[in-house]
Amino acid sequence: MQNNRDWPLYEIFVRARGGLDHKHVGSLHAADAAMALEHARDLYTRREEGVSLWVVRSSDITASDPADAESLFEPARDKIYRHPTFYDIPDEVKTL
Amino acid sequence: MSAAAPVGSPTLLRYLLRLGDLSLVLGQRLGEWVGHAPAIEEDLGLANIALDMIGQARLLLAYAGEVEGGGRGEDEIALLREHGDYLNPVLAEQPNGDFGQTIVRQVLIDAFQLELYERLASSADARLAAIAAKSVKETRYHMRYSGGWLVRLGDGTAESHARAQSALDRLWPYTVELFAEDEVDRAMADDGIAPPLAAVEAGWSARIGELLGEATLERPRDRPYTWFGKRGEHSEHLGYLLAEMQYLQRAYPGVQW
Repeated sequence: MQNNRDWPLYEIFVRARGGLDHKHVGSLHAADAAMALEHARDLYTRREEGVSLWVVRSSDITASDPADAESLFEPARDKIYRHPTFYDIPDEVKTL
Repeated sequence: MSAAAPVGSPTLLRYLLRLGDLSLVLGQRLGEWVGHAPAIEEDLGLANIALDMIGQARLLLAYAGEVEGGGRGEDEIALLREHGDYLNPVLAEQPNGDFGQTIVRQVLIDAFQLELYERLASSADARLAAIAAKSVKETRYHMRYSGGWLVRLGDGTAESHARAQSALDRLWPYTVELFAEDEVDRAMADDGIAPPLAAVEAGWSARIGELLGEATLERPRDRPYTWFGKRGEHSEHLGYLLAEMQYLQRAYPGVQW
């Protein structure tokens, strides 16, 4: 298992059926993207979970800092007018 | 040989046992890696291939049981025969060795099964054609996996290259058997049930040659070889493999879970 430390981490995305989005399912170690695809096939599609795979080097993902969550996401909490349900639809509008 | 009725044909039976035992014994060998592979990802990869192999063996040996017509099922054939009744090529029973040796053995057999199954998919025997059509999809992936690893190891570090080459030199002589045509192979080819082995060999040789080039490995020279697992003459390794594989069924006859 110690060799695993030399292999970079990849994030795996599986498309369950045609037309659906690729969804993040987990991560694994591989020497390169080609090997990551094979490992993903072996680890995450053994029970017909998908029809397509994406692999992305974990280090290529830029993530938001959880410590910034307050300033990034909380300000949206009281902006209820951003939800369509905030608005009353006039009876005259037939198709919306 | 004229078109023989499948049931009761001892020649077809032998042919099916050769194919089925190849998958069975190799599947058992690959299963030995579970919990021991160099990385957990490879653990799963090898186990998946092992399960594909056991699946192929089940289909082939169940059919063999029907052709035999004596009421033996797949379990009885797979788990209760004697050493000399197994007809897999000796290559399949060779020990796992290091990861490189396992990969080299796998490449040599994957390429053989791929070239064989592709042709068997149009066999005059509809049942065998269906089994081959299903198996060839699995085998294409096996080839991709083992071939990819062979290139990585051969064209990798000095140590991985040396180990891959040494495994290749060690296992190469056993490949002679894969293409050594005997009366069973000829009868199957005459009946249109199996392809001529020469055609399989040509495809195999080209495929392996290309892979070895990419892997920067040297193709060993062919040497005379007269040890034939397909005729029941095995290396010492098969006995140990069978002892482990058959233990449960012999200790608890008919056990199921």
